[in-house]
Amino acid sequence: MIRFVHVTKRYPQSGDALRDLSFRVETGDMVFLTGHSGAGKSTLLRLICLMERPTRGQVMVKGRNLGSLPRRKIPRHRREIGMIFQDHRLLTDRTVFDNVALPLIVSGLGHKEAGRRVRAALDQVGLLRKERSFPVTLSGGEQQRVGIARAIVGRPTLVLADEPTGNLDPELSREIMGLFERLHQVGVTLLIASHDLALIAGMPYRTLTLSDGALAGDTGTW
Amino acid sequence: MQGALVSLGRLLHNPLPTGMTVAVIAIALAFPAGLYLLTRNLNALSRSWDQTAAISLFLKLGTSIPQAQTLAEKLARSPELARVTLITPEQALKELGSQGGFGEAIAQLRENPLPVVLALQPAVQISAPQELERLARRLEALPGADFARLDTQWIRRFQAIVNLAQSGILLLGGTLALAVVLVVGNTIRLEVQNRRNEIEIMELVGATPAFIRRPFLYTGCWYGLLGGAGACLLTALAVLLAQGPVSRLADLYHTQFPLFGLGLIGSAAMLGGSLCLGLIGSWVSVGHHLGAMEPR
Repeated sequence: MIRFVHVTKRYPQSGDALRDLSFRVETGDMVFLTGHSGAGKSTLLRLICLMERPTRGQVMVKGRNLGSLPRRKIPRHRREIGMIFQDHRLLTDRTVFDNVALPLIVSGLGHKEAGRRVRAALDQVGLLRKERSFPVTLSGGEQQRVGIARAIVGRPTLVLADEPTGNLDPELSREIMGLFERLHQVGVTLLIASHDLALIAGMPYRTLTLSDGALAGDTGTW
Repeated sequence: MQGALVSLGRLLHNPLPTGMTVAVIAIALAFPAGLYLLTRNLNALSRSWDQTAAISLFLKLGTSIPQAQTLAEKLARSPELARVTLITPEQALKELGSQGGFGEAIAQLRENPLPVVLALQPAVQISAPQELERLARRLEALPGADFARLDTQWIRRFQAIVNLAQSGILLLGGTLALAVVLVVGNTIRLEVQNRRNEIEIMELVGATPAFIRRPFLYTGCWYGLLGGAGACLLTALAVLLAQGPVSRLADLYHTQFPLFGLGLIGSAAMLGGSLCLGLIGSWVSVGHHLGAMEPR
């Protein structure tokens, strides 16, 4: 599903965010990504959803070399991935419903079908009754959950999460992890970047550790 | 279609800034349109002048009416003249009197100083200035004729000036159309910048450039359409306001002159044109400023 081959990402001002990174993630895997702040976790995720292109090396997703993907194919590539951002990235002037429905509208799905899927996704994150609220009226944790709902509403085969439990209390964090595990069970590939070592430690999944842009640890596939 | 209405709603939600931009567009379009209408009306006016006598043949003082009538009948048979009208000194004096301002002077006269005049309209085929000149000279050579005056020369000059003005107005219109495109383009640029967040999120979620572009194009079209409608209103208002004084002026000349407005076709053309200008302005602007957000 994901393959990094000697990937280096250099920024003109700040230097190397990723250095000679190589690893594989098979379809259906659930993998955690850990490392200190600035280790390159976010950069890695950005390369996968083509927000950036690598300076050197190859990033392959679903067999496609992203470095040579033409610009007009980028939207389609992103529609197949569910992205959960650290700063949730919600539209403040739209309701929760509209925010979660965005990937479906962009894909051209009909109103009725979109409505069903949006409500299903909101139900999975426990925010069904906040459908008509605006993001500014929600707590940080609720906003995060809306972002998660938006990521999964399109039923993507690959979900990338950048600190999904960052704003959540332990109980909610476990609930969200449970949701991720359910997705994993139906075959979704998940790559989750997280600081929450305690949470990860309790879960029997592969963990990639980054340090200063290089792979410092890989607990291997099960 | 729903997207178009959403864009319109967004515009109407901020009536003041929207109104200002629309007003600028309306004025920019109404200005050349109004001038163009002016030239059209002036053209119509000069055409109505063409209907009057083109050559006035003044007969020698002392010519009697029967003598003049004989000459008039002879000229009427000429193929070069389409119409011959005899104007007696009495008729001429009366006409002068009714045209206001001459009343007192006329009352002072003891005898009628005016000669007999033959108002001649040349045949349609004789319209070139040189031909008219030659005809006038030949008429002057006739026995009993004093001198001939070409009335149409100044009309031709007037028409030439109006045509020149029309070319100038066309150029002006083109320049202002460009201004409208730039105004819309700039307004859309600001909107793209203001909604940068939203655009980024839409791109991350996998929206195609066409999908993201669409609402901005709708907005540009609405600006154009509303501006064009405003321009139609402004020109209609100008025509309405001008009709009063123009009618009064026409009355003094014992004629009527209903002014040309844009009309249905003109208004449709204005709306269509302004819509296109709005579309072009937003297309260029969006294309330019969206492109600045691609993966590096």
